[in-house]
Amino acid sequence: MHDKQVRRRRAVLGLLVGVSLILLTAYFGESSSSPLHTVQRGVVEVLSPVQEGASKALKPVRDVAGWFSDTLNAKSRSDQLQRQVNTLRAQLARAQAAELQNRQLTKLVGLDNSLGIESYHQVAAHVISRSPTLWYATIEVDKGSDDGVHVNDPVIGDGGLVGRISTVDPTVSVVTLITDHSMAVAAQIQDAGGDTGVLVPAVGDPNQLLVQDLPQSGPFHEAVGQQVVTAGFKAGPLQSLYPPGIPIGQVSNASESDLLNDGQVEVTPAVDLRHLDAVQILTKPHGGTERAQLP
Amino acid sequence: MNLRLILRLAVLAFATVVIQQAAISQISIFGVSADVGPLVVMSVGLLAGSMAGAITGFGIGLLVDIVLVQTLGVTSLLYIAIGYWSGRLRELRDPAHGLVPLAMGAAATAFAGVGMALIQFLLGVNAPVSLLLFQQIFITVLVNSLIALPVFTIVRRLIRPTLPDDPRRRRRRAYTTGGLSPLSRPSERLGPIPRSSTR
Repeated sequence: MHDKQVRRRRAVLGLLVGVSLILLTAYFGESSSSPLHTVQRGVVEVLSPVQEGASKALKPVRDVAGWFSDTLNAKSRSDQLQRQVNTLRAQLARAQAAELQNRQLTKLVGLDNSLGIESYHQVAAHVISRSPTLWYATIEVDKGSDDGVHVNDPVIGDGGLVGRISTVDPTVSVVTLITDHSMAVAAQIQDAGGDTGVLVPAVGDPNQLLVQDLPQSGPFHEAVGQQVVTAGFKAGPLQSLYPPGIPIGQVSNASESDLLNDGQVEVTPAVDLRHLDAVQILTKPHGGTERAQLP
Repeated sequence: MNLRLILRLAVLAFATVVIQQAAISQISIFGVSADVGPLVVMSVGLLAGSMAGAITGFGIGLLVDIVLVQTLGVTSLLYIAIGYWSGRLRELRDPAHGLVPLAMGAAATAFAGVGMALIQFLLGVNAPVSLLLFQQIFITVLVNSLIALPVFTIVRRLIRPTLPDDPRRRRRRAYTTGGLSPLSRPSERLGPIPRSSTR
């Protein structure tokens, strides 16, 4: 009797581990249009109303927890924001003058403005779930292909870049956040040199990003505090996934050794990616232009 | 496993994944979110045994992978191990201390965090092994340890009516009767056998 129980227990364990390994191997080797992926998307589509309902029902719980967290951080946050306001006031005055000048010069030389964020249609979406792991920085939103959302559409929220659409179903979409290990975005540091690099996440820290491949020269200390925005580009029919000028964050650390050895600086995201309730999906870029599968 | 227990475990698995994704993942404590998945699997293993623990771990893991559009099989592989070993601990040692779920919750969360990192590296994620990663795993372990006891209590309340032998009831019975239940010792229940009848 005891032997029978032991054998049955081991058989069940072996079966479960075997099924998991088969699923892992099959899924990993498949393309995104393969049967397992299709089944997965189908289940997500079926479960999305339940998740949406649960998200709405549990919003008060999230709000209470958020209130406690905000209250604890309020004093330090207030001081930090006051300093930021003072800096930004001076920057705004300079930016307004530069924008006026830019508009006049653009008109003068006839530059193409179709790359800008104004040419996108914005679809507002609510966040209905998010991944708890460090390895899959994703959120699920309640808008899908029925609302004109496509794979690789950029997503913004709270005045900064959030990520891009990685999976689309008729009524829901999955957004891969900029802190996910699979993300890379062409970024520009808004300093005097306007250096561009590639923005990647710092794996292990969901609140930290890195801009790599920067020119390994320049006044390093001046980079700290500078804004980092999407660089955007257009080369013939190919275009960056992200329009230029979307704020990504602020340079938080730029050590001389990191810049000289790796050409990288640390960036703190502009958006609090852990407390997103709503986002904007940028859809339908100017018709006729093919977008590149490039950051 | 009886049908009522299977049904309750299925409902528990579904509710765990939905509540985790819809609410708990969006609440940040010390910069990380609690992950009740390993805690629920560990609790089921401790209460219902290794087989129920492993099957629940597989179910919750698979559901998490599907809902989050992750690589299928990764989370279920980790949760099977958590459920199975929690169940084996109960079957082999039958720990009675009230803080066992807390220690087991911390161990389960650490195993899930480190295991996920190892599998991701094996699958070829291009990321450096940084101190930050271990720091985040450590904070998640601390946060999960704080909620391990309430999660264990909730799981016990949900599945206790369907358990064939609740460990707590069994231990209490053993304490009050000085050993096994009188029902399982007919000779004591009936009293001493008269000498005359033995002849």
